[in-house]
Amino acid sequence: MSSPTPAILVQDLRKTYPGREGPVQAVRGLSLEVFPGECFGLLGPNGAGKTTTVEILEGLNQPTSGRVEVLGMTWEKDEDALRQRIGVTLQETRLPDHATVLEMARLFRSFYPSGPDPMEALTRVALESKAGSIVETLSGGQQRRLAVALALVGEPDLLFFDEPTTGLDPQSRRQLWDVIRELQGQGRTTVLTTHYMDEAERLCDRVAIVDYGQVIAMGSPRELILKLGGEHIVEFAVVGTAPPAENFSGLASVQTARTEADGYALTVSEAHKTIPDLLAKLGTEGLELARLTTRQASLEDVFVSLTGRHLRDNEEPTATPPKRGRRGRQRSA
Amino acid sequence: MKSYNPFVELYKARIREFYRQPSRLFWVYGFPLLLAVILGLAFRGGGERPMLLDLVQTSSESKVASVIKSQPKKFKIKQSDQATALARLKAGKTPLVVVAGASQSDIDYHFDPTRPEAIATRSSLDDTLQRAFGRKDVLSAHDQPVTEPGSRYIDFLIPGLLGMNAMGGGLWGVGFFLVNCRIGKLLKRFKATPMPRISFLGAILASRLTYLIPDIIVLMSLGIFAFGMPMRGNWLTLLIVEVIGASAFAGLGLLVASRARTTEAVSGLMNLIMFPMWLFGGIFFSPDVYPDAIQPFIQILPLTQLLNALRAVILEGAGLAAIMTPIGVLVAWAVITFTLALKIFRWD
Repeated sequence: MSSPTPAILVQDLRKTYPGREGPVQAVRGLSLEVFPGECFGLLGPNGAGKTTTVEILEGLNQPTSGRVEVLGMTWEKDEDALRQRIGVTLQETRLPDHATVLEMARLFRSFYPSGPDPMEALTRVALESKAGSIVETLSGGQQRRLAVALALVGEPDLLFFDEPTTGLDPQSRRQLWDVIRELQGQGRTTVLTTHYMDEAERLCDRVAIVDYGQVIAMGSPRELILKLGGEHIVEFAVVGTAPPAENFSGLASVQTARTEADGYALTVSEAHKTIPDLLAKLGTEGLELARLTTRQASLEDVFVSLTGRHLRDNEEPTATPPKRGRRGRQRSA
Repeated sequence: MKSYNPFVELYKARIREFYRQPSRLFWVYGFPLLLAVILGLAFRGGGERPMLLDLVQTSSESKVASVIKSQPKKFKIKQSDQATALARLKAGKTPLVVVAGASQSDIDYHFDPTRPEAIATRSSLDDTLQRAFGRKDVLSAHDQPVTEPGSRYIDFLIPGLLGMNAMGGGLWGVGFFLVNCRIGKLLKRFKATPMPRISFLGAILASRLTYLIPDIIVLMSLGIFAFGMPMRGNWLTLLIVEVIGASAFAGLGLLVASRARTTEAVSGLMNLIMFPMWLFGGIFFSPDVYPDAIQPFIQILPLTQLLNALRAVILEGAGLAAIMTPIGVLVAWAVITFTLALKIFRWD
């Protein structure tokens, strides 16, 4: 796939923060290309360097080294022009408590030379009925949608979402996904970061899987899953002492076998061939099956096969916003 | 397509934030008003108040004691034994202890000579006693008590409170607002837009100056209508002085908030800046009481100069030409703080 001018071009991007215990390398040689009109996702665990990368793309943070071009321009030379053509939602923005939704939309609209009417921007995120409400009274999901509206008022060519649904309940997440999908397909390019693989699968045309400040895989969600060699995952557990995972790697149609929590996960191309073989093997070895499920392979499995870790290994149980890269990275245990 | 002006929208946002929070209205307008009323009543002129003193009488037939007691309007006496009286003196509960000795002409005054009140009581009492015992004054002195508006404490205080509000409003209003915006990532969000920086700062300054108007109306009406304070100068001159003064303090607020990332840090910085002005600026009393050595420092403080100018305009009727020095100092503060703040301002 080739394109005359990529919407975003990043080559060997590095960002090092001075930290208390020595410098922290948040981004270490990251390269990617985003094509015009696509929705591109940066998928990775907390502290992988996604936010730092996106903030450099948004011109809110300076790279230590590397080449960054946005809409064919650079932040050093064309800051004013770029600001008018991008729309940004930060991970979290605390808007003035006592302003109304429409007042905020009008305020942000006033910063841009052209764009939709403030009310029209609210309609696009299904917030028109809340136009007169005070920001403070909005629910978490409504506040995120307002943030999206504020990113739209300049009719940007390039939209950034940083962790758009982190901390939201399932219903609000789906609502926000609908809003984001709705915004695509008008020649607009979208870049989002997430550590939810389902979010990336649903919204993104292509994703870059980011870990420790580098891109470890890039492609469409489907391509990445196909690269696993199998599209299905067979998960099972046995009663009592469990043999090593290699025991099952020779079964019919199995690509890889790994242990997982209290059982095993097999990546397979044809589950209907694997399962009879598995049951036969368990029978001959005298192992009793405790549970057996099959499902479609996901980006989560891609991440696990690449890193040996789960995307959400280090996620806090409650819906708190993820730690920022600059606070120091937390490696999963 | 309707177009919106960023300055106007930012300005409206600031003003709305203010009037939609009634508790702020109290701290900005109610509190100084209350202070003025209380202090105005406490230091109201009108009639001499008796002086407090402790009397220790060693003999029941002391003529000294009876002379003092014969003037209850002038002296308010508390009688006790010497040990109790001296303990009260030490604790600051009485300014003067008079010990009337056994012999008629023997009096001891115990007092702390650094307390102006003690010296005044002692000399007034001594005069009264000397005259009662036959001293003839050689000069004929006539007391002319001042009750003329313009020279009373309340007249001094109202301009002081006007200046205090300009200082507090500029530092807290601008400084706290900015740091809160930085903490909430709103500054960063603004930076991600093509918002003109000058509109942002202009709106902050303009809203600051807008709040001055009710400030001036409230405090000046109180002074003029409730306490009969004179307004000898020109209202426009007063407004100009207030605008320049408030700009200097808004600049200071901007400067202290230009890099701070926590409200604790910015409060500390603001207290550091306001403390010397509370102490030396002359809100409640004239800074002339401080030694000459630190006067140059006191005179360079923006509050000192704002109060000099306000008092000159309100109480002496000074025109702009007469207050060029204070105005110059305030303009310098405004220009320097704004320039410096713009250089080091941090949006995230």
